[in-house]
Amino acid sequence: MDSATKGAEVGHEEHHDEAHDQNYLQYEPGIWNWLTTKDHKKIGIMYAVSLAVVFLVAGVLALMVRTELVSQGETIMDADTYNQVFTMHGILMVFLFLVPSIPAILGNFVLPLQIGAKDVAFPRLNLASWYVYMIGAIMTCAALYFGGVDTGWTFYTPYSSTTGGGVLWMTSAIFVSGFASIFTGLNFIVTIHKMRAPGMTWNRLPLFIWGLYATSIVQVLATPVIGITMLLLILERTLGIGIFDPALGGDPVLFQHFFWFYSHPAVYIMILPAFGIMSELIATFSRQRIFGYRAIALSSVAIAMLGFLVWGHHMFVSGQSAISSIIFSLITYLIGIPSGIKVFNWVATMYRGSIWLQTPMLYALSFLFLFTIGGFTGIMVGVLAVDVHLHDTYYVVGHFHYVMMGGSVMALLGGMHYWWPKITGRMYNETLGKIAVFLIFVGFNATFFTQLVLGAKGMPRRYYDYVERFEALHQISTYGSYILGAGLFLVLFYGLYSLFYGEKASANPWAAATLEWTNVAALPDPHNFVRTPLVTRGPYDFHLADEVFGGDGMGDGATKTLDVPEPAPAAPETAEESSKA
Amino acid sequence: MATDTTTETPAAPAQTEVDHHHEEHLSHLQHHFVSSEQQFDSAKLGMWLFLITEVLLFSGMFVAYAVFRQWHPETFSVASQTLDWHLGGLNTVVLLASSFTIALAIHYIQKGETMRSFWLQITTISLAGVFLVIKYFEYTAKFEHGVFPGAMFDPHGTAHGVDYGALASYAYAPQFFSIYFVMTGIHGFHVVVGMILIGWIASRTYRGHFNSEYYTHIELSGLYWHLVDLVWIFLFPLLYLV
Ligand code: HEM
Ligand SMILES: [Cu+2]
Repeated sequence: MDSATKGAEVGHEEHHDEAHDQNYLQYEPGIWNWLTTKDHKKIGIMYAVSLAVVFLVAGVLALMVRTELVSQGETIMDADTYNQVFTMHGILMVFLFLVPSIPAILGNFVLPLQIGAKDVAFPRLNLASWYVYMIGAIMTCAALYFGGVDTGWTFYTPYSSTTGGGVLWMTSAIFVSGFASIFTGLNFIVTIHKMRAPGMTWNRLPLFIWGLYATSIVQVLATPVIGITMLLLILERTLGIGIFDPALGGDPVLFQHFFWFYSHPAVYIMILPAFGIMSELIATFSRQRIFGYRAIALSSVAIAMLGFLVWGHHMFVSGQSAISSIIFSLITYLIGIPSGIKVFNWVATMYRGSIWLQTPMLYALSFLFLFTIGGFTGIMVGVLAVDVHLHDTYYVVGHFHYVMMGGSVMALLGGMHYWWPKITGRMYNETLGKIAVFLIFVGFNATFFTQLVLGAKGMPRRYYDYVERFEALHQISTYGSYILGAGLFLVLFYGLYSLFYGEKASANPWAAATLEWTNVAALPDPHNFVRTPLVTRGPYDFHLADEVFGGDGMGDGATKTLDVPEPAPAAPETAEESSKA
Repeated sequence: MATDTTTETPAAPAQTEVDHHHEEHLSHLQHHFVSSEQQFDSAKLGMWLFLITEVLLFSGMFVAYAVFRQWHPETFSVASQTLDWHLGGLNTVVLLASSFTIALAIHYIQKGETMRSFWLQITTISLAGVFLVIKYFEYTAKFEHGVFPGAMFDPHGTAHGVDYGALASYAYAPQFFSIYFVMTGIHGFHVVVGMILIGWIASRTYRGHFNSEYYTHIELSGLYWHLVDLVWIFLFPLLYLV
């Protein structure tokens, strides 16, 4: 081990220029090279661009839904169009945006960097994942072309097996894009098991990696089930096999079981990586060792497992037996325990830390607030008796937007800001960033808190029209969504601006302690590390890390000029000396 | 790992030294792996994970089977008797034999007997072909009597002592055959994929891409093929015998 350290010091000279004149963005430029790249960083960027487009389209659809609901009666579209618009919004957001989002963008980019690997275990499979995803996206366009989908994102039978239009294309698209998800998950599990740098033990894995690991398990175990469900639905429509359609002797509730057996775990595919990002942000911007590292790491895995046992809470009023409902309700409460453990640990991490309120941290704080509401409302609808009233109302819509948008999307945005300098080599505009967080936070609550109230008052979900007494709240919700939209467009705007005119970023602008900041150049080398790092400390040992890259651990890294970090292993000097002895 | 190799030559950067060494001697080692073992272990773990997804894919169908069998036990047992268990049994033997031959192919490549391994792979593909031919005859025998999946179900006539017409009086008979055709169809699809896969591996074996040190692809195809076999081991009794 020590010889490697010494060897590294000597080799340092040789590699220095190389590290300076090549970075992964300049390396092998041109469209064709990008489309055939096996570099996980570039694939992450390709995913980012594709998903940004999907998010934009799905977001505009959401604004259309809200605009339609701003007043009673027809506002901008007829009822059939409305059905299609909210359906496409849901499908795009869930299956084509949120499920792939964090793993495929940030996971791809960051995972090998954080564990000290040159790439993921199967780079070609990684590229294949993007292509498969794109095929899914094209099939989605075909679904729109062939008449659209109006089933809601849940595709409940028998409506979905009989209604016309693009259902066949859409279900096929989901079947296909499921493979993209499986490829990513499989790749990550193998990478985390087999590609860690020397010294990167399981206890030293950054918590983002633990989050991705738990996510990948769910992706591998749950996605095949939605695959077969979609396949059976396709066969139901084409051959009339009579598995789900009651007119042919099938069982529509069986469809719901299949669907939620995937889709409940799928909500953890969306939130677990977000938990991972949260841990990184909170630790870095509090300059504190994370409180309860193991508890956070293992609660992710616990949630992944428990998540497979609660799908029945979506079917309390679908005619499953009372006993099943009670059991599902009880297990649902259990999910609150590991989720609560996380929230308390994050709060405890901030306690007596020196908190640095940069944009990513503001997103993290928003997450804490919003996810807590989302989680609590989740427990409430998990209560069997309460859910009988709240099911299929705006309350449920409010709940899942608090977790999906307030949780996952907030974490994604926080993570994008956090890793933006590493991805693009440039800084975004901090002032605009803060304004955008503010708009998003306020807009979000105005949009969705009102929906919780609406639901509690009895406003059913997916309705085109409503009675007089709901109008005021619907209006607040719609205006809130405009503020939210404005915030998101602002992010888009200054993001693009920073690509061209942003200030050049240093290698470690946040003075973070994980490998992608301490051992990688400002813009990473095509092979990530000039030399494989040797890991001798945990990911949040700021007091040890500072000995390597300087500083007093007070979290004012942005004011320091860290430049290219000393390409020495992440070992503190003392460890090196003691090993020489 | 990377560090050990540099013990004698501390002056050279650890990583580059290792890379150099491998690029010269081991053409199959991809640049992002440190050693052949790491590459092999990764591939194997990846394959196992993939097999898990396959198991889950099929388990969805097994659940559907279990539910409907539970609901309509008589229909299922009557309908199941129209399947020819001789042919199903023969196919079971064929697939078991093919699993054996692919296992032998791995054994021989480990011992460095490349051509023997190649011929065993070819045998495996041929047995898979036999399986599909038998399946083809089973399918057509059903189609001739209007036994189609789902909506087109219209049973009539008798053959080999089986009265297909009688099925018409069972309301849920179409469901049994839907499940039968879907499950065996998807299984058959996996057989075809396996043939293509092993065909590709065989051609690479023939061209000398593998040796006793490096035979990852053969081993992994073998794993896949065992799974295809295993699924059939469950399908056969559930569909033909009970
Ligand atoms: C604290 C953990 C959570 C609990 C206890 C919980 C509980 C529930 C329950 C009981 C329902 C069914 C309500 C009904 O349909 O009447 C529900 C719906 C839903 N939840 Fe959660 N949930 C939790 C976390 C999450 C997370 C993290 C997400 C997504 C990131 C999520 C997304 C959803 C979605 C999308 C629905 C609605 C599905 C639909 O009917 O369209 N939940 N949740
Ligand atoms: Cu759920």
